[in-house]
Amino acid sequence: MRLGLIMGEVGSGLRRNVSMVISVILVTFISLTFVGVAILMQMQIGQMKGYWYDRAQVAIYLCTSVDTTGNCSQAEATKGQIAAVKTQLDSPALKPFVQKYEFETHAQAYKNFQDQFSNSPIAGFVTPETLNESFRVNLKDPTQADILIESISGLAGVQNVEDQRGYLDQIFSVLNAASYTAIGVAVLMLVAAVLLIATTIRLSAFSRRRELGIMRLVGASNRFIQTPFILEGVFAALIGSVLAGLAIVGIVQFFVQGYLTKALQSTTTLVGVSDALIVVPILIVLGIALAAASAGVAISRYLKV
Amino acid sequence: MIRFDGVSKSYSRTMRPALNSVSIEILKGEFVFLVGASGSGKSSFLRLVLREETPSTGTIHVLGERLNTLSSRKVPYFRRNLGVVFQDFRLLPNKNVFDNVAFTLQVIGKSKGFIQEAVPDVLKMVGLAGKSNRFPHELSGGEQQRVAIARAIVNKPAILLADEPTGNLDPATSAGIMTLLERINLGGTTVLMATHDAGIVDQMKRRVIELISGQIVRDERKGGYQTQAIPIQRLEEEEQSAALSSVTTELPDDASTVMWRRPAVEPEEAPQ
Repeated sequence: MRLGLIMGEVGSGLRRNVSMVISVILVTFISLTFVGVAILMQMQIGQMKGYWYDRAQVAIYLCTSVDTTGNCSQAEATKGQIAAVKTQLDSPALKPFVQKYEFETHAQAYKNFQDQFSNSPIAGFVTPETLNESFRVNLKDPTQADILIESISGLAGVQNVEDQRGYLDQIFSVLNAASYTAIGVAVLMLVAAVLLIATTIRLSAFSRRRELGIMRLVGASNRFIQTPFILEGVFAALIGSVLAGLAIVGIVQFFVQGYLTKALQSTTTLVGVSDALIVVPILIVLGIALAAASAGVAISRYLKV
Repeated sequence: MIRFDGVSKSYSRTMRPALNSVSIEILKGEFVFLVGASGSGKSSFLRLVLREETPSTGTIHVLGERLNTLSSRKVPYFRRNLGVVFQDFRLLPNKNVFDNVAFTLQVIGKSKGFIQEAVPDVLKMVGLAGKSNRFPHELSGGEQQRVAIARAIVNKPAILLADEPTGNLDPATSAGIMTLLERINLGGTTVLMATHDAGIVDQMKRRVIELISGQIVRDERKGGYQTQAIPIQRLEEEEQSAALSSVTTELPDDASTVMWRRPAVEPEEAPQ
């Protein structure tokens, strides 16, 4: 009986200001979509870090006959110098940090280069001699690259020691900035959504002030009076957040998996639909909680007895 | 039933208090008229009883509850024991007669079965048995007020507050409403009615409490709208000082109206 009555109140309230309810739905939809995108971007960064940091190596480039930088003076690194680097890597000081290392000869470097730049005219200009020989070192903990850099870069015949994570960090910082932007936009939109919900509920309460006055006069409990209004706000926000959830799944399904994966040709892993499905309940709960809170605050001044 | 102890009520905007140290007790089953000019504090009195306001000073007890300390969470449950009727009826225009009365019971969580039984009963009692499907705009003023009374008493309240219930009605209709209120009072409900209607008050011969500028100037059993006895001291003084004025005191009703009111407004000036 009471539930039916409350639901009836909710229905009439929603019907009475349809346009406001639609605007609440749209604003929550857009704002929560931004929130979802930001969360997905953070997930993407996390995944890429996991994937790439495992593959990131420290490269020890040895001198070629044309190099003048580092410890080089236009002389090819000698066999002795190469052996010294190798000894250093095997020494008890470095051994505990190194997982494995490989030596890349001129020929291998040339081959990799040709593969990588096969479509580029630059491939025709390089010769094996101009490409550095190098040690490719995988560390047990990729964050400890500094130890290697310090102990190796001083050795004769070493042109440069490079931590490849440096390249990745740039990509991550770009993605991070993008996701913070999305969060910023989302926060602004959420503020708008909260205010809009509050206004809608005030309007709804105002249009029913006669009923509210009589309810208060005859002793309807505060909970009974405020529940329809809170449900009204929650209902609108629920529709908005479900739409946002669908949008997030759609973006992942059709844009990320459908377009980006093809465009990037599996050079990296991308977030999948299963990740999106984690985000959807977060959005729905966030939407409902915000709506309930703002509607509750908006209606509270009508409850003062 | 209702007890005011030294109650004053000031609104922040005005300097003069709406009620000024009012002390009074109204007992169970009484029928009390609250009379006085507009702005004399009648409505403030009723709002205080309803706990729509809290007093600035003094204490109010209603139905065994001390209203000053009643928490706002308990106010709705307190109000279920009070019925209220207004001059402007305050019916819901989009609900028919039955639903207007049933609404009261619905919002305090009564069962459907109870509502189906109680509402026709109370409509019969107020004389609207055949009109439960009418809408307020299809009813006359008197009938609308009967709906409002039905709504106020359907929950069998211990106290019925009426704020000028006959203010918008013609004398014949008003008499009908008063008969109804009297019948409700005979059923054991305390009735507290604020009114300007001199005819009704004079005819009913019930307890009359008169307020002027927020102070009780008269509390008379079986009183009229204007008092028969003349209790104000200044008039006697005037009698002594000016023999002519005694003529007016001998005229009981209409002529004394102006005379006896004046002193109460400015009691400080009386002793000279």
